[in-house]
Amino acid sequence: MATPLVRFENVSKTYQMGPVIVQALREVTLEIHAGEYLSIMGPSGCGKSTMLNVLGCLDRPSAGRYYLAGEDVSQFGDDALSATRGARLGFIFQSYNLIQQLTVVENIEVPLYYQGCSEPESRARARELAALVGLGDRLEHKPYELSGGQQQRAAIARALANDPLVILADEPTGNLDSASGAELLRLFDDLSAQRKTLILVTHDTNISRHAARTICLRDGEVESDLRQ
Amino acid sequence: MNPPSHGPAAGGAAVPVAGGVAAPGASADGDSLLARLRPLARRPTRGLSLTRLKRIVRLGLKSLWLHRLRSLLTMLGIVFGVCSVIAMLAIGEGASFEAQEQIKNLGSQNIILNSIKPPEEQKITDRGSQRFLQYGLTYADLRRIQYTIPGVTIVVPGRIMREYVSNITRRVDCEVMGTVPWYPTMRNHHLAQGRFFTDLEMESRANVCVLAAEVVPSLFPLDSPLGRDVRIGGGYYRVIGVMEPRAKATASAETETSGRGGSLNRIFIPLETAKTRYGEILARERQGSFEAEKVALHEVTVKVDSQERVLPVAEAIKAVMERNHKKADYRIVVPLELLKKAEQTKHIFNVVLGSIAAISLLVGGIGIMNIMLASVTERTREIGIRRALGAKRRDVILQFLVETVMLASAGGIVGVALGIAVPYLVTHFAHMRTIVTFWSPLVAFGISALVGIVFGLYPALRAASMDPVEALRHE
Repeated sequence: MATPLVRFENVSKTYQMGPVIVQALREVTLEIHAGEYLSIMGPSGCGKSTMLNVLGCLDRPSAGRYYLAGEDVSQFGDDALSATRGARLGFIFQSYNLIQQLTVVENIEVPLYYQGCSEPESRARARELAALVGLGDRLEHKPYELSGGQQQRAAIARALANDPLVILADEPTGNLDSASGAELLRLFDDLSAQRKTLILVTHDTNISRHAARTICLRDGEVESDLRQ
Repeated sequence: MNPPSHGPAAGGAAVPVAGGVAAPGASADGDSLLARLRPLARRPTRGLSLTRLKRIVRLGLKSLWLHRLRSLLTMLGIVFGVCSVIAMLAIGEGASFEAQEQIKNLGSQNIILNSIKPPEEQKITDRGSQRFLQYGLTYADLRRIQYTIPGVTIVVPGRIMREYVSNITRRVDCEVMGTVPWYPTMRNHHLAQGRFFTDLEMESRANVCVLAAEVVPSLFPLDSPLGRDVRIGGGYYRVIGVMEPRAKATASAETETSGRGGSLNRIFIPLETAKTRYGEILARERQGSFEAEKVALHEVTVKVDSQERVLPVAEAIKAVMERNHKKADYRIVVPLELLKKAEQTKHIFNVVLGSIAAISLLVGGIGIMNIMLASVTERTREIGIRRALGAKRRDVILQFLVETVMLASAGGIVGVALGIAVPYLVTHFAHMRTIVTFWSPLVAFGISALVGIVFGLYPALRAASMDPVEALRHE
């Protein structure tokens, strides 16, 4: 069997919040293979966000090992983590997190810029991606001129720009109305059909139903790991 | 689907090629949209290329433009700083140039001796004993200096009388100066028209005179004075030449060094003629008072053969004069000493201006730092997003640093332009001499860019040190 794309080995994450030590993740062991469509569920405070931050190389685990594409990124320094995020990961956030002063196409170009793409190349790719998510006619609009659904689609285009190994989405439909949300999930289904690896954090069972595999977290531990 | 390979990973970090892990079953779904995307060409971003810098600059311009007013106001601190540096230096440079020019006109190889009226009390006792007031330089002094002090080449004596000089009905109050034919070359005061008197005219005690340029308009407003006669005191003198006008400042330096409230209205006649016509005793009746004084020479200019010997010769002259004059009825002016003093003054001036400039640039820099800190806080979210999308710390540092430096340099450029314009206005309206040296705009601009780096570094480092998770959560 192929090496898993993501492998957690007894990953723990603790925070010091004042005098209290919070254990956000307790010795989580997990494997995710390329092409999987995974949703992480659980009540608030169960460690979903922490898990996503660790998965996204935004945070290092306090203990345990995290292998991404065979590499132990839990030992990486800040620059190496940045490089890993830039080269291997795509992020989609609940609040879209587009840069307000940049246009749609410029926002999509941001990850490409950090990958050292030349300007005409990245501009062309950004246009194609925008067209892919149905924003071909909104290229020069600023984020605040777009609806929530459109902004989130721009964010997806941005997440795809660096051709990531894994796309991480944090409550992607959280700020959207149900129609836009449904549209977005269809887009995710498409991506999954094209064997993109998707990891989705949500607390909505309707959304997790789209995913082939659902992990439920409780108090920093994996409660259940179901495959449909 | 997952197009080519996940190339050599970007940046300096060690992210080896992801090879076989990436996509089992790749190349399926050939018609999918993603597969039709152009392949991603990653290039290592190690180092700083010009194109990359160009993009950072463009990005910086965009965010500065977004807060136009704020950027402008921040810039103003630097603008005024740089402008004041250049303008002050130009004015200072102009003033010191002027001063040095004046002193050079007196002749840097010259030593000038003047007769001055001794203190008031002595004058009264002298008058009480019914004697003429006798003071000042004598012909004996002249000879002693000329023949006993080595290094003295030429000595120019001068005798000054106040007289009314008239051309028919026009009358001007003048200083009539009896002097020698080589006076013009010695004092760097040249002729505009005609000629100075010759040795022959000196010896034959001819009635000839040379007018200062300042006298001409009042005596001969319409025609050329050359060849005409003017009446000085009791006699008529033929005008043979007109001097060049003295720069105002030079003239004032001259009258200042002469120690008399001298005027610009001067007429030169041969010394021998003056001796014969006026004798040793000068009597003056003015405004109801009577004054009689015996002064042989009012002014002696001594030329030393080389500049290095000026100061020792001046010391020697001082010693000779001290031995032969009981009263302090003379004064020695050494232009070279004045020149050195002027250079010292200029140095002090530059230090003072430099510190003022430094302070104003410091204030400007603090203004920039303040705004950049605010901007960093305001853009925390953007920083978080960029970090999540692969920006390294140094990318963030560079982005903010470039912005600060651009702000400071733009301020510097405007400041340089203003700083060059202001001295022109000062020259035009205040009639002060100003000199913009070519290095001062360069230095001022360089300092402003440096201020941008120094004061931009802290906000940039602060932006880079943010935790990406925290930054993304920031509202």
